[in-house]
Amino acid sequence: MKFGKVGIALALVLVFAAGAFAADTVKIGVFLPLTGQMGFGGQLELDGIKMAYKEAPTVLGKKVELIVVDNKSDKVEAANAVKRLIEKEKVVAIIGTYGSSLAMAGGEISEKAGIPQLGTSCTNPLVTQGKKYIFRTCFIDPFQGAGAATYAYQKMKAKTAAILIDVSQDYSVGLANFFEKSFTKMGGKVVAKLNYNSGDQDFTAQLTEIISKNPDVLFIPSYFAEGAIIMKQVGELGGKFKIMGGDAMDNPEIVKIGGKAVEGFAYTTFPYDPTMKNMSPIAKKFTENWKKAFPGKDPNVNAALGYDSYMLILDAIKRAGKADPKLIRDQLEATKNFPGVTGSTTMNATHDAEKPVGIMMIQNGKRVFVDVIQPKL
Amino acid sequence: MSLDMFIQHLFNALTLGSLYGLIAIGYTMVYGILRLINFAHGDIFMLGAYFVFFGVTLTKLPWGIAVVLAVALSALCGTVIDRIAYRPLRDAPRISALISAIGVSFFIENLGLVVFTGLPKPVYRPDWLVEVINLGNIRILPLALIVPAIAFALVMGLLWIVYKTKPGLAMRSISKDIETTRLMGVSVDKIIALTFGLGSALAAASGIMWALRYPQIHPFMGVFPGFKAFIAAVLGGIGSIQGAMIGGMLLGLIEIMAVAFFPALSGYRDAFAFILLIVILLMKPTGLMGEKLEEKV
Repeated sequence: MKFGKVGIALALVLVFAAGAFAADTVKIGVFLPLTGQMGFGGQLELDGIKMAYKEAPTVLGKKVELIVVDNKSDKVEAANAVKRLIEKEKVVAIIGTYGSSLAMAGGEISEKAGIPQLGTSCTNPLVTQGKKYIFRTCFIDPFQGAGAATYAYQKMKAKTAAILIDVSQDYSVGLANFFEKSFTKMGGKVVAKLNYNSGDQDFTAQLTEIISKNPDVLFIPSYFAEGAIIMKQVGELGGKFKIMGGDAMDNPEIVKIGGKAVEGFAYTTFPYDPTMKNMSPIAKKFTENWKKAFPGKDPNVNAALGYDSYMLILDAIKRAGKADPKLIRDQLEATKNFPGVTGSTTMNATHDAEKPVGIMMIQNGKRVFVDVIQPKL
Repeated sequence: MSLDMFIQHLFNALTLGSLYGLIAIGYTMVYGILRLINFAHGDIFMLGAYFVFFGVTLTKLPWGIAVVLAVALSALCGTVIDRIAYRPLRDAPRISALISAIGVSFFIENLGLVVFTGLPKPVYRPDWLVEVINLGNIRILPLALIVPAIAFALVMGLLWIVYKTKPGLAMRSISKDIETTRLMGVSVDKIIALTFGLGSALAAASGIMWALRYPQIHPFMGVFPGFKAFIAAVLGGIGSIQGAMIGGMLLGLIEIMAVAFFPALSGYRDAFAFILLIVILLMKPTGLMGEKLEEKV
């Protein structure tokens, strides 16, 4: 009964290493949303994983067998997919997934079974919280705050900062905490810290206060709905400081709504973009190979994270010396300065990747990828 | 706090307060006459802003004409809502009309989400309204002076309609006793439709001005201002048109000054407003300008 649905899901199971027997292959499971509302991102990640697989199809002298299951952007399907990978396919490690809610649903199963699972682009802190076997290749949302602080202090030469926080959003509070910790640790000073609530449209009181403190930079880890309006009001009230934000501000509409007020606004994002300058050799190679493999389709950060996730697992298996889930888990946990397309990755105590943060900036009304920075924690 | 800063805060408060007041007038008028809290008010507010947006971007109308059309169209929406959702419930218990109003509100918001999508839209603003005026260190938008002026004019106009015209007389009569008014030969449904039309026109006018001040519109933009304005209306004494304006001003002033004097508590800005509401209602249950309402039998 329970496996009735999975039977349909299996129609999408792809086996790459044909004719291989379980004994002399290393089975790695992949569960991603290939259909449904998150299908677009999931497909890009799968393409990235497949590219990595093509480049490195063996580990420990054995062939790698990649088993892909579509989780259909659905939480129940995600749990079933992981169950299927573990119980029927007997994989030693799992890559996935795009979408934090899907990662959490699947993670419960992996955790119980003791199979290491490596998330691709699930950024919600809860995904790895309290889990022994769950990791991720991306950083968690709040980590960006440290990236913004480092960019402000090192590149913008800001010595004083103000923060305007949406107290009703974990995302905003988290980014603000990381920003403050990092900025003060480097020697900067946070001169004003003010709050608001989601849905507010009038920020004049908070901004008047902030302007009176004359900071070098204002950090607004807000969502898009408030961010553009905040910047507009900064302009009207005559604020002269630079403004930074998080990836929730990444939206083409921002220029339409903010106009001149958002010019020069810098925000953090994932550390890979096909238009970035000064690409690392790995990223350069990845971009070139991708363009050969998928002409007419641009690579993006999801593809890069998929690629890195596969390489990270492979590296952990190599270091473990044996395709054993428990040993792979230990080695994933010990990952340090692993070079990837998305930068040098270190697994921290909470199993979240610590890696560079990308910086985008609005220049002449366009969103430009300007820099990649290693956050100072 | 320097004097400059204080004056800047005062101007910020004046703008915010008069916007609240403007929305509150519409709430209070409908309530005063029908004893119905029209929860769809905040959504008509949103529609008004969107009508201008489409008028300017789709049909390329001059801004001024788009505004007039939007207000008229919103008034029409108001009367249509009354005809469909409130009139059949005229004799039902008041709670039914209230639930119907909440239903209409959800309907418009979600319809907006489907038709306009949830993505915020930019708002066209005529330059003369938003060219910042510098007075020393104080910066003022022309809007900050125009909004209170318009609000004042609208209050005067409404008072004139309610107290000096025949339909106004009928409105006041309906607010006292709807059955007797009907017996007197007044076409009650027409007068009520007119009331909703006027209220909705006010909502649209305030929505348009709100969008000029906070230039981004989305289907849920009316929810928070609607709540705040409702509080302002209660604060001033619901049913009283002058009271709504005063309540709005007071609410704006408190919100801004709470942040100005206690920056560390800025996240509790709304809490300050609500605490004050409770305190005032404890001392004066009918609000600042409210009259004691007679229980209708």
